[in-house]
Amino acid sequence: MSEPGTSPLLEVTDLRKTYGERVVLDDISLTVQRHDVVCLIGSSGSGKSTLLRCLNLLEQVDDGVIRLDGEEITDPGIDPGEVRKRVGMVFQAYNLFPHLSVLANCTLAPVRVHGTPRAEAEQRARELLAQFGLEEHVDKHPDRLSGGQQQRVALVRALCTQPELLLLDEITAALDPELVGDVLTIVRDLAERGTTMVLATHEMGFAREVASTVCFLDGGRILEQGPPAQLLVEPREERTRQFLRRVLPPQG
Amino acid sequence: MSGQTTPRTDGWTPSERELQRRDVRRRQRTRRILLASGLTALVFVVLVVGIRSTPGWPRVRETFFDSFHARESFDAILHGFWINVKLFLICQPLILVAGLAIALARKARSPWLVPVRALAVLYTDVVRGVPTILLIVLFAFGMPALDLQGLPIDPLFWCGVALVVSYSAYVAEVFRAGIDSIHPSQVQSAAALGLSRGQAMRFVVVPQAVRRVVPPLLNDFVSLQKDTALVSAAGALDALFAARNYANFNFNYTPIVVVAAFFVVITIPLARWCDWLQRRWMERERAGAL
Repeated sequence: MSEPGTSPLLEVTDLRKTYGERVVLDDISLTVQRHDVVCLIGSSGSGKSTLLRCLNLLEQVDDGVIRLDGEEITDPGIDPGEVRKRVGMVFQAYNLFPHLSVLANCTLAPVRVHGTPRAEAEQRARELLAQFGLEEHVDKHPDRLSGGQQQRVALVRALCTQPELLLLDEITAALDPELVGDVLTIVRDLAERGTTMVLATHEMGFAREVASTVCFLDGGRILEQGPPAQLLVEPREERTRQFLRRVLPPQG
Repeated sequence: MSGQTTPRTDGWTPSERELQRRDVRRRQRTRRILLASGLTALVFVVLVVGIRSTPGWPRVRETFFDSFHARESFDAILHGFWINVKLFLICQPLILVAGLAIALARKARSPWLVPVRALAVLYTDVVRGVPTILLIVLFAFGMPALDLQGLPIDPLFWCGVALVVSYSAYVAEVFRAGIDSIHPSQVQSAAALGLSRGQAMRFVVVPQAVRRVVPPLLNDFVSLQKDTALVSAAGALDALFAARNYANFNFNYTPIVVVAAFFVVITIPLARWCDWLQRRWMERERAGAL
């Protein structure tokens, strides 16, 4: 309805999501401009994952509007497949397909969904895999790889379709600290190249470094949002301060 | 989660846009239901009209779908069908137990059990290779002929044995496939908790495997229900025997169709029950899973 480029890439207004009686997300409003990196922080169960899943239409929202590039994607007439073609997602548990090789995992969507010729898709996947230090694992099956390697493959798989928006759901939560660095380096890289991302994370240091906006979720609502320098250093809300005291190393 | 955010959520009323969306979804659903019902009705009408207008239809109906003969043979068939049902009900649990035992024997890793493992492999290979009807004839006529002390000579008993022998081999392979499909990490985490290999099988692997193989098991049991009709080859007075008797006497094959209907009718509840069971497991175990 509006020209591409003029409206924010993603605009969430008054989003609400319930499971039965339980209100999981309430009154969520969020704007993501192109090249923004939005970090969602908050304790487990605060609704970070659910919010990401709503953005990808993996969950049907109970109220509110989500716009992608000005177009309402919460409209019942919309084809979720078309939305997901433009939005990539990486899960906490990697969710790679164990019956496919690393390369086949990465070329499945480009070939079957986007209609990219196989040779081209494979070449791009190989390039990306090489960039992320995975060239020797191209023909292996995912279960042969370490957690950090698997998560990097999952990132490459999401990137292979060249999404306009990348959703990352606590992608380092299942990794040991040594491997966290590998994965975060990649995300930092992506951020520098201007990839638009919304990510749920527990890595506060990382959030401070790459985020353009940090949102603190509590009990299914965005209690407070702002640039990391403000929110992570001198938050307005007492609840945010409590949370940060618990997760930040006690150096002040 | 935390109590402090609740006040506003209680007073929530759906927004204008959400009401609109619900309206659209309702219309979409109605449209889908109408389309589905319309199409289904159309397909059936075309089929019925098409079949009934073929030139041979009256003769087909007379030979296979004659209501008089159906009524006449019904009681004898019902009486015989009870034998099929009994046979099935007795054989099914035995087959489940035997099949699982054979599958577990094939998965055993203890050196003491190597001969058992070898026997299990031999058993499935040989038994699956022999046609079921051949086993039935072999057991039902062969075993009584041995005249062994203490063993029954009732052919029906030996038919049951033959069915258990034949189907336990198939079911064992289904179970084995199910056990193999459980990710090794499950065995490892059970081992890490201190469970022995046998305990891991019993409490972790087999329960998951069983859930996974319900559809192929159902397949085998529907097949077993039907194969109880093979006992008529051994002279047991089951539903098919009664129907053939009637058909040969009256030169009309309606009773055979009646038997077929009987078998269809008893397999459907089993299929629905399995569907229900699976849905329940799925809802319980995969709720909200990524």
